[in-house]
Amino acid sequence: MTLLVIIAIVTLASALAAATLGNLMHAALNLVLSFLGVAAFYFFLDAEFVGLVQVLIYVGAVAVLIVFTILLTRRDEEKKNGLPWGGVLVAFVVFGGLIWAIVKTPINSIPTPHLATLPVHRIGQILMTDYVWPLQAVGVLLTAALVGALILVMEEKP
Amino acid sequence: MFGAGILKGMLVTASNFFRSYYVKERLTTIPYPEEQRITPDRSRTIPFLVYDGEDQEAGLRCTACCICEKACPPQIIYIVPSRDEKNRLLKHPKVFDIDTSVCMECGICSEVCPFEAIRMDQVFELSTRERFESLLLHKSDLAKSNGYYHQLHPTEAAADDAKRAAAAARKKKA
Amino acid sequence: MDLDQIFVIAKQQVLAWLTGAGASVGVVQVISSLINIAAVLAVFLTLFALISVIERKVLARIQNRYGPNRVGPFGLLQPVADGIKMLIKEDIVPRRADAIVHFIAPVVMCAAATLTLCVIPYGRNMTPVAIDGGVLLFFAAGAPAELAVFMAGWGSNNKYSMLGAMRAIAQMVSYELPLLLAALPVVMITGSLSPDEIVAAQGHYSFGTVPHWFAVTPWGAVAFLLFFIAGLVESNRTPFDLPEGESEIVAGHMMEYSGFKYALFFMAEYFGMFAVSGLGVTLFLGGWTSPVSWLEWIPSYIWFFLKLSVLLLLFLWIRGTLPRLRMDQVMSFAWKFMLPMAFVCIVAAAVWHYAGRGLIGWVWSLAIVVVAYLPLTKLLWTGKQFAVRQYRFAE
Repeated sequence: MTLLVIIAIVTLASALAAATLGNLMHAALNLVLSFLGVAAFYFFLDAEFVGLVQVLIYVGAVAVLIVFTILLTRRDEEKKNGLPWGGVLVAFVVFGGLIWAIVKTPINSIPTPHLATLPVHRIGQILMTDYVWPLQAVGVLLTAALVGALILVMEEKP
Repeated sequence: MFGAGILKGMLVTASNFFRSYYVKERLTTIPYPEEQRITPDRSRTIPFLVYDGEDQEAGLRCTACCICEKACPPQIIYIVPSRDEKNRLLKHPKVFDIDTSVCMECGICSEVCPFEAIRMDQVFELSTRERFESLLLHKSDLAKSNGYYHQLHPTEAAADDAKRAAAAARKKKA
Repeated sequence: MDLDQIFVIAKQQVLAWLTGAGASVGVVQVISSLINIAAVLAVFLTLFALISVIERKVLARIQNRYGPNRVGPFGLLQPVADGIKMLIKEDIVPRRADAIVHFIAPVVMCAAATLTLCVIPYGRNMTPVAIDGGVLLFFAAGAPAELAVFMAGWGSNNKYSMLGAMRAIAQMVSYELPLLLAALPVVMITGSLSPDEIVAAQGHYSFGTVPHWFAVTPWGAVAFLLFFIAGLVESNRTPFDLPEGESEIVAGHMMEYSGFKYALFFMAEYFGMFAVSGLGVTLFLGGWTSPVSWLEWIPSYIWFFLKLSVLLLLFLWIRGTLPRLRMDQVMSFAWKFMLPMAFVCIVAAAVWHYAGRGLIGWVWSLAIVVVAYLPLTKLLWTGKQFAVRQYRFAE
């Protein structure tokens, strides 16, 4: 329980730092820390596969992408703008809505399902039988992204 | 086939690896200080004074003519000739110092010496623990025997001996 | 006295003694994990020290010279001298470097590399962390290593470090795909991500002498080769050591590090090598199983470390043979050859499985692999003729 609280605090603090720090590099690294915190939450919920995939994809690919973007777009001096007040208002409204929804739900209205830890081969089976259409759709999406990237970097024939 | 070159290269390195163990000539490294490198005949480092015979002082070939002192480019040779009681020059140096920390081992002192007295040594293990005093060599440090000279540069030493014998014969005839 | 299970029995004795001495269940669990950690670290730190000196001696013998032979008998105590040197060096941090990022980079790199060592089965019942998604944990734990390389390059506030870091990340990210895809046929055929099950699936023999290792099948041999090459790249070894090429950008992302932090980077690279070799042994070479059934009396961990040593010697052998590849050559090799070849391996593995895993399956998968290999090599062929060099001298 204490471990959960510590991980929660670390995740929230790093997410806050990622959103507010002026030094872009530090913000990106704090974002990575928050990804790792979310992966730890997945492990706590006995979803090992999702947690591992979270680390593999988010930390291994998305974070590298973000970091490369920061690197390749040369930033001069970090200009500290003021807070965007419109955005702050929207954020507070959404936050208020979510808190209201959470508070309104009675605690034990949904009974805790008795789930065994889903073994990985069962996940594979479900993906290939019940959820095969979403799998193919994601595949098409990724292929489109790959082809788009290739077209972007292909040299124009003179 | 793609990758065949890499496999061939790997076979070459593997054969290199195994052959280096039983074909000793492949390893050109000389494990110093257990073995010393055989230096070529004409290699040189710092100069030394040659003496004939056993006695370092009596057999010293140097006559304190000071030609090497004047010819040395960094001017590191310091000679004080010895004088007798009537202050006449004796053909023997009282003080013969060479500052080997400055010596550039050019060999000019050895080239200009008319008496075959100063020649180039081959010592390189000259490290000392401090920078100035130990590298200033005096007459006693510099004097080495003709036999040692024969070991270092046999052809040169034989030529020098022949020249000295011819000069001595000419003086006796005259 | 079961020699095979001697470490497992010893650990169980220690834990039983602890429980008998009145420790609570939580404490016993923590102590059990600590024993695992200590064992893995002890073994691999010793192996790291040994490999660093054996690498230098093997490379030296390949290059017709002695290696280090002063410090111990045959120079085997050289790592002690190296360790002392690394520890007493001054720790220099550039003044305008990002201090936090510069400090954390070697820590994250080491942590990522060491974490990947925990899912490899070192012997029968000797996996430190035996979870259901072991192979996936290996790859997930290797992911922060790329970030650590980037942090090292950025934190040094140095153009050349940044260049080295970018090249290193480009290389590592490009070869993650072939690494994962080469491991995929094995997972597919076994039906599980757990390394213990993968090793168990390879533990049978045909006629008592031919092991059912995946590297013996045609798709497995090709997948093993691809996995091995991708592992070479992931640990930045020659011929893919452009990011840390000494003659080019000094040490690339590790340039501004001195003393112990450099030793940590060095150690992380070698641990990466061990981890990838260990996973290769597990996935393709049968883990801790013995190659023939009449040699099964040799303990399982001995077999594992023998196979690991063979792979590590292969790493060293390749380092002694091949020159460094250029960055564009590295990239084109990954995307034009290894990725299509990995996909072909998956197809060949599926064909092998559905043809009944017998002789027909063998022949078909071999045919698929060979037929795909030939046109792929044409993709990489630059058409350069390597003729004998013509010398032209001035008249």
